[in-house]
Amino acid sequence: MAKLENRQALEKLRSSLQNRLQDSKKRLISLCAGSGCGAYGTTKVHEALLKEIARQKIENEVEVKLTGCHGFCEKGPIMVIHPEGIFYPQLKEAHINEIVEKTVKGGQPVSALAFKDPATKKKIFHESDIPFYKLQQRLIFGNNGIIDPTSIEDYIAVGGYSAFEKALCDMTPETIIDEVKKSGLRGRGGGGFPTGVKWETCRRHKGERYLICNADEGDPGAYMDRSLLEGNPHSVLEGMIIGAIAIGTREGYVYVRHEYPLAVKNLGLALDSARRMGLLGKDILGSGFDFDIHISRGGGAFVCGESTALMASLEGNPGRPRAKYIHTVEKGFRQGPSNLNNVETWANVPYIINKGADWFASIGTERSKGTKIFSLVGKVVNTGLVEVPMGTTLRTIIYDIGGGIPKKKKFKAVQTGGPSGGCIPEQFLDLGVDFDQLTKVGSMMGSGGMIVMDQDTCMVDLARYFLDFLKEESCGQCNPCREGIDRMLEILTDICQGEGKERDIELLEELGAMIQKASLCGLGTSAANPVLTTILYFRDEYEAHINEKKCPAGVCKNLFHYEVDEEVCNGCRLCSLKCPEEAITGEKKKPHLLDQDKCIKCGICYDVCKFDAIAIK
Amino acid sequence: MENRLEIDREKIDSIIRTYDANPEALLMTMQDISDIYNYVPPEVIPILIEKLGVKESLVYSVATFYKTISLEPRGKHVVSVCTGTACHVRGAEKIMDALKEKLDIEEGQSTDDLLFTLEAVRCVGCCASGPVITVNKETHGGLDRSGVLKIIDGYEQNAS
Repeated sequence: MAKLENRQALEKLRSSLQNRLQDSKKRLISLCAGSGCGAYGTTKVHEALLKEIARQKIENEVEVKLTGCHGFCEKGPIMVIHPEGIFYPQLKEAHINEIVEKTVKGGQPVSALAFKDPATKKKIFHESDIPFYKLQQRLIFGNNGIIDPTSIEDYIAVGGYSAFEKALCDMTPETIIDEVKKSGLRGRGGGGFPTGVKWETCRRHKGERYLICNADEGDPGAYMDRSLLEGNPHSVLEGMIIGAIAIGTREGYVYVRHEYPLAVKNLGLALDSARRMGLLGKDILGSGFDFDIHISRGGGAFVCGESTALMASLEGNPGRPRAKYIHTVEKGFRQGPSNLNNVETWANVPYIINKGADWFASIGTERSKGTKIFSLVGKVVNTGLVEVPMGTTLRTIIYDIGGGIPKKKKFKAVQTGGPSGGCIPEQFLDLGVDFDQLTKVGSMMGSGGMIVMDQDTCMVDLARYFLDFLKEESCGQCNPCREGIDRMLEILTDICQGEGKERDIELLEELGAMIQKASLCGLGTSAANPVLTTILYFRDEYEAHINEKKCPAGVCKNLFHYEVDEEVCNGCRLCSLKCPEEAITGEKKKPHLLDQDKCIKCGICYDVCKFDAIAIK
Repeated sequence: MENRLEIDREKIDSIIRTYDANPEALLMTMQDISDIYNYVPPEVIPILIEKLGVKESLVYSVATFYKTISLEPRGKHVVSVCTGTACHVRGAEKIMDALKEKLDIEEGQSTDDLLFTLEAVRCVGCCASGPVITVNKETHGGLDRSGVLKIIDGYEQNAS
C-alpha cells in the first residue's frame, strides 16, 4: 500500500479497484461478522465454509468476505451470496456443504435453508425481497453488507474517500460548512443540534481546535454506532476528515467504549491503513493540510456521553460534567475550541458532500432531514438495525419492518431515547418519527434506541429499572441528581414491592420536576423522563400497584402469582417437566395444579405453555 | 491477598510506552494492565505515578470512577450479564438469578477458586440477540436459563 501523493493518484487507484471489481467473475459470499451474528456463532460457520471451499478446490472461483453488521441481527449468523443476492439466515456449520454445492457452485438457492416470512409463511430467497430490508432506505448502513471493514481498498472501490477528495480539492471551508448547513443535518447523538451551525461556531473561535467523534454509545438498547464502526469505519473517518478541513483542525479523537472490542480493533486498522495511504497525517494528498486521528477508549460511564464529561475523560480525568456557561465549541478539550459529533452524524457527511445538500434535504421531514438508524429491539419479531427516512411512522417500523410482536402478544409501548427518553403508548403508533414529534409526546430521539414492550413488561418496574441505571451512572456532583434520583428510586422500589402509598405518584411527579429543573447536566435534567412518561400514559399500572397491590404484567414478584387455568390446561405436562421446583403436579391430559408454597415465580411455566393456561393473578 | 503479586515490570513498562507515558491515557493504560491480571494490582500504582507523572489521588479517582477498572482481583473468567434495556425486557434478571445460583455468589463477587467473577454490565451492544452475556471477550446471545448454565459448564470443564 503506497502513499498517495496527490489527487490523481487516489483517482487512479479508485478506478483500477473499480475495474477489478467489475471484471471479477467470482461469486461473492458475504458473511456477517458483526457482534450480533458473532454472538450466534459466525466463527464456526466461517471455518466450515473455508474448509468446504478448500475441499471442493474452488478457491479461485469464490471470494469470502467477513463483513460488518447487515442489520437483521435476530436471524444471525447471516450469509448473502452475490451476484444473485441469495440470503441465508440462522446458519449452522451443518448447512454449509449444501450451500456450497448448490448456491456457491450452481447459483441456486437451497429452499430448506431459505428465510421464511413469519407473516405469510412463504420462503423468500433474495435479500432484497425480505420485508425487513425492502421497506428501509439504507443510505448510511447499506455498504456494511458489501465491504470488508478491514480493507480500505473495498471502501475506495465503492466510491469511498471521493467526498473527502472533493472537499479537499474543490471546496473551501466556508462552502463545506454552507453545504452541511443547507442540508439540514442535525446531530444523531440525541441533541439534534444543527451540525453545520456547530462547525461554523467552532471555526470562529481562535486557538488549537479539536475534532471529536463520540462513540461512547451509552444508551442501553442502542448499538448502531457500534455496528457502523465495526462494519464501515472509513465512512466515519471520511466524515471526520471533511469536518477537519471545514473547521480547521489538526487533531481528532474517537472516544469509543472499551466494551466494544471489535469496533476498537476495526477502527484501529482503518486508521493505520488511512495513514499508510496518506489520507491522514502530514501534507495530505500534497495539499499542505495536516490532520490525524487518535483513539481514546472510555471506561463504561454513561455520563461520558455528555460533551463536557467526555472531554474531561479524554484529558485523563474522571468523566464529570461541568456547567456549560462556556460551550465546548469555544473551550472544550485542553481548553481549545472542540467540535463533538456522534458516529452516525460523521457518517452522513460524505453523502452530503457527494450528492449535495438539496438531495439530502429532500429526504425526511421539514425540520429533520435524511435517514436515521434505529435499533429495533425488545419484544418485536425482527430485531435489528433499521434505517428509514425521518418521518417514518412507528407503526411502519414496528409492524411492517419489525414484523410486530412475537407470540401474538399485545403491544404496550415503545421506549425511545434511552434512559433519558420516554415510553410511547399505542395511541401514538402513527406518529412520524423525527426529532420534534418524539419530543412532543414526552420522549426524545436520543441516539436511536427503540425498545418495544408487550403486555408482559411492567411499566413501573421499567421506570424503576431506568432510575436504578441512572443512580449508578450519576456522577454525584450535584445534589438534585444524586439525591433526587435516589429518593425517586426508593419510592419506585417500594411501589414494586407492594409498599406503595397514596400520594406516591404525586410525590414522584413533584421530585421529577425538581430534578429536571435543578440538575447540572443532561443526565440529571432528563433523568425523570422515564418515570414521568410512564405516569402520564400508564397511570393505571401505578395505581394497581399502589391501591390493589397487583402487578398486572406479572413482573413484580410480591404482587402477583401464577395459577393454572383449569379451563384451558390440557395436561400436556410441559410446565411440570420444566418447573425447577417441582411445584406443578397433575396427571397427563388432566388440568394441573400449581403449589403456591413451592413456586418461586421464575416464569418458566408461563413462558413454555403453548396454550396460555398459566395465568397471572 | 497474602502473597504479593509478582509484577511483570517489563510488560507494564511496555504498556506505558505504547501510550508514550501520556497522563491523558491513564485510563487506557490501566485497561491494558487489567487485560493481563483481570484487575489493576496495587503494586502497579506507584509505577503509574512515577512514569505518567500523575498524583496518587488521580489514579484512585480514575480507577474508581470507571467500571472497566477493578482494584480487586477478579476471576479468570469475568462473566458479565448484560442488563441493558433490551436484555432487561427479555429476561436478563432470570439469567442473572440462574448464574448467582449456579456459581453461588452475588453480583460483583468472585468464586473462591477465582475461576469466575459475576458482574452486571450496562449494554454490550448486541441488543438484537438478547439476553446476552459476555465471558471475558466472548459474547453469547439468545440465552435462557438452561443455555447459560451450559456455557458455565463448558468453562468449568475446560478448567478441570
